[in-house]
Parts: sequence; structure tokens; C-alpha cells
Amino acid sequence: MTPVIEVKHLFRYFGDIKAVDDLSFSVFPGQVYGFLGQNGAGKSTTIRMLLTLIQQGSGSIEIFGMDLKKHRQEILRQTGAMIERPDLYKYLTAKDNLRIFATLSGIKITAAQIKEQLERVGLADRADSKVKTFSQGMKQRLGIAVALVHDPKLVILDEPTNGLDPQGIADMRKLILHLRRDLGKTVFVSSHLLNEIELIADSVLIINKGKKVAEGNKDDLLNPAKTMVELITDNAGKAYALLKESAWAENLVSHQYDIIILEVDKSRVPELNRSLVEKGINVRSLRPKHSLEDYFLSLTGH
Amino acid sequence: MWQLFQIEVYKIFRRPRTYIAFAVIAFIILLIQIGLKFGGKEYVGIVMSGLNETFEAPTDQVLNGYFVCYLTLNLLLIHIPILVALIAGDMISGEASMGTLRLIVAKPVSRSRLLLIKFTASCFYTLILLIWVAIFALLLSVLLFGTNDLLVAKVSGSNIISSADVLWRYFAAFVFAGIGLITVAALSFMFSVFADNSIGPIVATVCVIIVFTILTQMQIPFYDETVKPYLFTTHMLGWKGFFYVKGVEGVTVDGSIENFPAIVKSGLILLVYAALFVFVAIWYFRKKNILS
Repeated sequence: MTPVIEVKHLFRYFGDIKAVDDLSFSVFPGQVYGFLGQNGAGKSTTIRMLLTLIQQGSGSIEIFGMDLKKHRQEILRQTGAMIERPDLYKYLTAKDNLRIFATLSGIKITAAQIKEQLERVGLADRADSKVKTFSQGMKQRLGIAVALVHDPKLVILDEPTNGLDPQGIADMRKLILHLRRDLGKTVFVSSHLLNEIELIADSVLIINKGKKVAEGNKDDLLNPAKTMVELITDNAGKAYALLKESAWAENLVSHQYDIIILEVDKSRVPELNRSLVEKGINVRSLRPKHSLEDYFLSLTGH
Repeated sequence: MWQLFQIEVYKIFRRPRTYIAFAVIAFIILLIQIGLKFGGKEYVGIVMSGLNETFEAPTDQVLNGYFVCYLTLNLLLIHIPILVALIAGDMISGEASMGTLRLIVAKPVSRSRLLLIKFTASCFYTLILLIWVAIFALLLSVLLFGTNDLLVAKVSGSNIISSADVLWRYFAAFVFAGIGLITVAALSFMFSVFADNSIGPIVATVCVIIVFTILTQMQIPFYDETVKPYLFTTHMLGWKGFFYVKGVEGVTVDGSIENFPAIVKSGLILLVYAALFVFVAIWYFRKKNILS
């Protein structure tokens, strides 16, 4: 299968600062591809190179199997993007903004299509309102509508949940999943909010200081043989003492307040539960703690 | 291309700040007209007493719509460039400060084409502004003061242009002024490409215009040949040439222009400047990293 995005040995310097360092990755059709990294890790620089906003350093970028330098317009015609903040023409209406960006994308948009696009992001009733009257969440949704106005095959979203409240974040998540599931789009989404990427992405690329530190299927990254387990019981002190005197002692990692952390083979988690219950300890919660966040932090050394 | 131009024009005319220039021009011209309506005779008397020649024409004939328009253009055409800079200087830098530049550059339009369309839209705004000036300065003055022969005072004497010979000269002068203002729009537009907020390009343009205008008007012989011929502000005054008429034995020749080649030369120099400014803007913008 031809990747939608294929980046090979990409470098980008700003003066002496290496913003992107030998980055290679592939994004395949129909994927939600999570692009993770802390602020300043090089995510936005990479995205700006993908969108030709900044000049590409050495290395190659192919999108839809075409060289980005040679086929810029052809590629951008099939690509929609929301880059960081959803900055739009605040003095114009939602409808005007959509019309302007549709024209820039080389398509003629009818009133019915504008309505349909705005309905998709829940803004149909605000079509004639000026963007300056919109909340952050509404602007974000309009930004998505603008990115999708020309029905692109690839959607690039840079920090789409920035500045959103919990409801807005949940709506954005639904929207991204809708793009992949119902519309068959390939979505490249960057974020520093690890739990968000964990909830929506199929594959994940983690970068740190411009360099790739991990790439792969999210489930593979999150499911190593051993996992951290967070244990909460009705008596943490007693449980910790019992575990320390048992065969589980070598698995103990920490004990803070009423939470005990153990590193165990995943297949042995039920056994741990059983041994505690048999010794009269009521287990309130026993859950694998190996989230993407833990994985990310272990990779980036924080 | 046409649709992209339309949306650029739409964006310009949907912004309230665009209308500041129109309001300012209307206000100033009305002030001049009101002042001349109530105290014009005294003003004309002062002007005529400063001339070397004597004229038989009474002051109420000299004070007519054509004269008021000529006076207005003399006062305004130095300052209108500042109003042009308000929009042209905002064309790229304004998009950068709003954050929309990265969205439009990520669209499938080449950067050169995008810039040319935006510059064309700036020129369109400039020309509409000039038409507005023409409506207020010429049309309204003619309606308020009527028409008659036009008295034009200049350093080397004065001209009386018959009323039948005036209108085409105004048309030509406005076309020439349009070229001058487009040059200013190009300068401001060029500055706009280098900045990420509108203030810088607007202030830079205003500073260049002020400095160049002072140099143009400075009566110091050293600058007459060394600096003035190279300043675009010197050539922007070329519109006045359409009102400098050939005379035979003290009688002006209808339809004549004293030094037409000089006007053409000034017009061409302005066009070369405008092309140069736009070329620099495109050259820089094509490789500019959009970080805003």
C-alpha cells in the first residue's frame, strides 16, 4: 500500500538549532496518525514543512506518492489543514470564511454545500454570524470546516484541542473519529496531550528534540510484556506489608499514600488480585498503568 | 484568478478601517469647499496679489469649481499616499498578524500568484479611492462653484486655461495620479511582505514619503540634480504638467502641454519603481518561512 505521507531523513535547521533531526515516518490511508512531542519538540516545524509554509531542509517528503517540492499545488489540492490556532477572518461571517477558503482551494461552493459543511461541525445556525462573536470551541470547529471545505483526502491538524474545554475536546475527538470512520479520511494529528492521542490514534510517532524516539501501532507501543499496575485497596499499609513479605516483593515499585505500584507480567495480574483477596485484602482497583503518557515520559526521559 | 481577485477585494471592503480613508478625504475636501464658499474671494485675492502678472478676470470668476479642484489636489495628493499605505501595507502583514497567512499559503495557489492578486486588489482600492477624490474634488466643486477658466499659478508665471480645455486635463491628471499612488501602494505592499504586523509597513511607508517629499520640495541646488531626479515623490508631481500650457505671445494654446515628454518620463519612472517594488516583494515572499 502506498503511504499517504512518506517522510525520509528530514532535517531542518534554524541557524545552529536543529529543529528536525533525521525524521522518517510513513502514514497510510485511512489512519488517524498521532504525532506526539512536547512543546518545542519539532512538531509544528514538521507540519509546516508538510504544508510548504517553511522551506524543507534536506531529506524528502512525498505525499500521495508525489514529491512535495515538485507537485506542491497538486498535493495541497487534496490536503486540508488546521494549524495551531483556528485563526480566521474575524470580521467576516462563518459562511464568508468557508467561501473564501473554498475559492482558494480552487473549488466553487454552493450555498447548500456551505450549509452542509457547517452542519457537520454544528455551526449551521451561526452561518451568518461574524467569527469574532464565536467562542474558542466554535472557532476550532469552523477551522475544521475550513480544512474540510474542499473534501481533502488528507487532513492535517496541529494541536486541534488547544484551548478547548472538556466538552470541546470530546467534540473534537468525535469529529476526528468521524473523519476517519465515516468519511475515510487520513488524519495526521499532532498534540502534546497524550491521552487525547491515545483515544483517537491508530499509529503514533513520538519525537523529542526533533528526533524520532518511537513509531508504531499504538497498541503495540502500549502493550509490552511487563506493565506497571496501580493497586488501591481498603488497607494500603497492610497490603504493602503482605506483598513485601511474599513472592511479589521483587515486583514492588513504590508505595505512596494509598496507591501501590507494581511492575508485573500482564498475564499475572489476575493472580496478584487473587493472592490479595485470599489474604483478606479487599481490592478496590487494580489497573495497568502503562498508558501512552507513561511510555512517552519514559522515552523522553521526563 | 478572477475569483481570487474578487475575494481579495471583498476582504478589503468588508473591513471598517477601509472606509476611514474615504471618510477622511470627504471630510477634508468638504472643509476646503466650505472655507472657500464663505471666504474664497479673500483667498483668491491673496493668491492673485502674489502673482507677477495682472489679470482682468474678477475674483468671483477665478473662484470656480476647476480652481477649487486644482487647489484641493495640490493640498491632498501629498497626503493621500498615507491613506493608500493603510490598506496596501496591511495586505500581507495583516494576514500574518491575524494568523490567516499560514492558511492561505497552505492552499494550492502559488505564492507569486497570490501576491500578484493581492497587489492587484490593493491597486483596485487605490483607484477607487482616487475616483472618490475625483467625485468630491471635481464633481462636487463644479456643482458648488460652477465652471469658468482655470487660473494656474506656477513658479515661472501663470496660465489661464479656458474652461472648455480643462476637463480632459483633469482626466489625464487623475490617470497620472493613479500611477503615482500605485507606486506608493507597491512600496507599502513590499514592506508588508517583510513584516508580521501592519504597523511597521504603514509607518515605514509614511516615513519614506515624508523624507522623500521634504527632499523633493527642498530648494537646495545640490539636491536638484543629485537626489531629486531619482525620488519617486518628485515624479509623482508630474500630474501638474497637464496644467502647464504652451503660450504664444502671452496667449495660451488650447489643447497644448508645455512639456509632455517630461510627463511621460515621470510616468514611466513611476511604473519602473512600482514594478521593482512588486518584484522584490515576490522574490522575498517566495522563499519566506511562514512562522506567524
